[in-house]
Amino acid sequence: MQALYAQLLVGLINGSFYALLSLGLAVIFGMLNIINFAHGALYMMGAFCAYFLLHLTGLGYWPALIIAPIVVGIFGMILERTMLQWLTGLDHLYGLLLTFGIALIVQGVFQNYFGSSGLPYAIPDELKGGMNLGFMFLPIYRGWVVVFSLIVCIATWYLIEKTRLGANLRAATENPTLVRAFGINVPRMITLTYGLGVGLAALAGVLSAPINQVRPLMGADLIIVVFAVVVIGGMGSIMGSIITGFALGVIEGLTKYFYPEASNTVVFVLMVLVLLVKPTGLTGRAA
Amino acid sequence: MSALTDDTLPASPRAVRDEMVVFVVMAALLLIVPWTGIYPFFVMQALCFALLACAFNLLIGYGGLLSFGHAMFLGTAGYLTAHALKVWGLSPELGILFGTLGAAALGVITGYVSIRRQGIYFSMITLALSQLLFFVYLQTPFTHGEDGIQGIPQGYLFGVFNLAKPITLYYVVLAGFLGGFLIIYRTINSPFGEVLKAIRENEPRAISLGYKTDQYKLVAFILSGTLAGFAGSLKVFVAQNASLTDVHWTMSGEVVLMTLVGGLGTVFGPVVGAFVIIAMQQYLAGFGQWVTVIQGVIFVTCVLTFRRGVIGEIAHYFRRSL
Repeated sequence: MQALYAQLLVGLINGSFYALLSLGLAVIFGMLNIINFAHGALYMMGAFCAYFLLHLTGLGYWPALIIAPIVVGIFGMILERTMLQWLTGLDHLYGLLLTFGIALIVQGVFQNYFGSSGLPYAIPDELKGGMNLGFMFLPIYRGWVVVFSLIVCIATWYLIEKTRLGANLRAATENPTLVRAFGINVPRMITLTYGLGVGLAALAGVLSAPINQVRPLMGADLIIVVFAVVVIGGMGSIMGSIITGFALGVIEGLTKYFYPEASNTVVFVLMVLVLLVKPTGLTGRAA
Repeated sequence: MSALTDDTLPASPRAVRDEMVVFVVMAALLLIVPWTGIYPFFVMQALCFALLACAFNLLIGYGGLLSFGHAMFLGTAGYLTAHALKVWGLSPELGILFGTLGAAALGVITGYVSIRRQGIYFSMITLALSQLLFFVYLQTPFTHGEDGIQGIPQGYLFGVFNLAKPITLYYVVLAGFLGGFLIIYRTINSPFGEVLKAIRENEPRAISLGYKTDQYKLVAFILSGTLAGFAGSLKVFVAQNASLTDVHWTMSGEVVLMTLVGGLGTVFGPVVGAFVIIAMQQYLAGFGQWVTVIQGVIFVTCVLTFRRGVIGEIAHYFRRSL
C-alpha cells in the first residue's frame, strides 16, 4: 500500500504540472488563438532561471518562485510583441509553427551550453524532510508542490472568472473589436495574457526543479502530454483544464502502480478513447 | 481569415502544362545524378524525405490538415520492412509491400481517431498519437529499443536488381519516388482532389453540397500515411537501419519544416524543401546542437516573412501555379 500512496503522490505532482501548463495554454488560446508550442521550453526556462538565480546571485528558492515567472513572463511578452502579434488574422496553424520554431531555438541553445544531463537543484531548508501521516510517509516538499499549485490554479480561475479584469479579458476573447470600442487597450491585454500564461509555465518549472532536476529537454516531452491533456479536457473552461490536469496525473500515477509498462502511454490512450466517445473533449465546445 | 494556402492560384490548363514541363526537368536532373559526382547516398536520402514531405503536403496543402505526427508512418513502415527483411528473410519487394501496408493500416486507425477534430486540435492529436507509438516502439522487443534494427540485408529486388550496388539502389529509389510523386499529382488533379480543396476552402458548404467530408478527409489521410510509409520502407534500403529517431516528434517537425520551406500547397515545393533541409543537415553536421537552433530560426523566419516558401514565391512571381 505504501507504494500505491507514493505513486498517487507522484501522480498528483505531475497532475499539478499538467494543470498549471494546460491552464496557461487555455488562457493563451482564448486570447491569442495560438497553441503555444513554446510552452514546454518556457517551463524549462523557469527552472533554469531558478538555477541561475541561485548560482549567479545567490538568491534561493523563495525569491526564485517570484522572480523566475516575472523574468520568463517578460521574455514571453517580448516574443509576443516582436513576433506573435504579426500573426493576427492568419490561420491558427501559423502560430503553432512559429512557436514550434521558438521552442527549437530555446531548447537548442540551452542544450548547446548545458548538454542533456540534469543539473541538481536543492530543496529549500524549510521544506526538507517529511512527516509520517500514519498510512504513508509524506516528503514535505512534494506536499507543498501539490498544495501551492492548487492555490495558484484556483487564484487564476478566480482572476479570470470573478474579477473585473477577468471579465474584460473574457469579453475581449469573444469580441475584441467591440471591447476596443469601449476604450480598453486590447493589444496590451493580449500581451499581458501571454505573459501570464508563460509565467504560469515558468512557475511550474521552478516548482519542478528540485524534483526533476534542471534539464534543457525537461519540457519537450512534457508539452506533448499536456497537448493530450488539453485535447481530453477541451480549452473551453478554466476549471475544466485544472480538474482534467490533476485527474490525469492521478490516473497516470495509478497506472504506474498497477501496470507500469503503460504509464508513458496511458494519457494518450485516454485521449483516443475520449475522442471516440466525445470528440469535443470533456468540457469543450465544438470548434 | 486567410488559410494556409491562400496564395496558390487556381488551376488552369496552362498550369497543368507548366507542371508537366517542370516534372520532366526534375526527372531528367535526377536521372543524371549518378554521373555528376554528387554523393548518391545524399540524393537517395533526400528523395525518401521528399516523398515523405509530398505525402504530408497532400494533407496540409490540399486538405488543410496539418499533421504533426507523420514520422509515425515513416518509422512504422521502416520497422516493419526491416523486420521482414532481417528476421523473416523476405525479398525486398515483399518487405516494402509489408511495410507500406502496415503504414496504411496505421493510417486507417489513426485517421479514424484524428479527423474527428480540425485545425489546431488535429495537429495536437496526430502529435500525441505519434508520441504514443514512440513509447510503444521503445518498449516492444522487435524494435530493439534504443539500438534499433541494424545491418539490414538489401537483397535482390524481384530477384534481379542487386540493391547492394549503389547505382542500382539509386534508380530503384528514384523510380519509387517518381511513382509516389505521380500518384500524389494524379490525386490532386482528380475529382477527389477537387472535393478535397473544396473542403479546405469551406467545409460547411461542401457538407451542404452533399459531400461526406469526413470520408474524404479519412481517405486523404490514409493515402498520405500509406505513401509516407512507402518512403519509410525505401529509406530502410538506403540507411540499412530502422531506429527510434524515425518515429520521434523531431522527425515530424522536420517534415513540416521541409514543406514550409519549399512551399505549402505547391506541387514541387516539398521536393525542393527536402533537398534544402537534408543538404543543410549534411553541411552543418559538425555544429552539433546548433542545427536545431538553425532549424528553429528557419521556422520563425519562414512563418514571419516567407510564408509562400521557395516554390510558392517563384510561382507567385511568374503568376503560375507550380
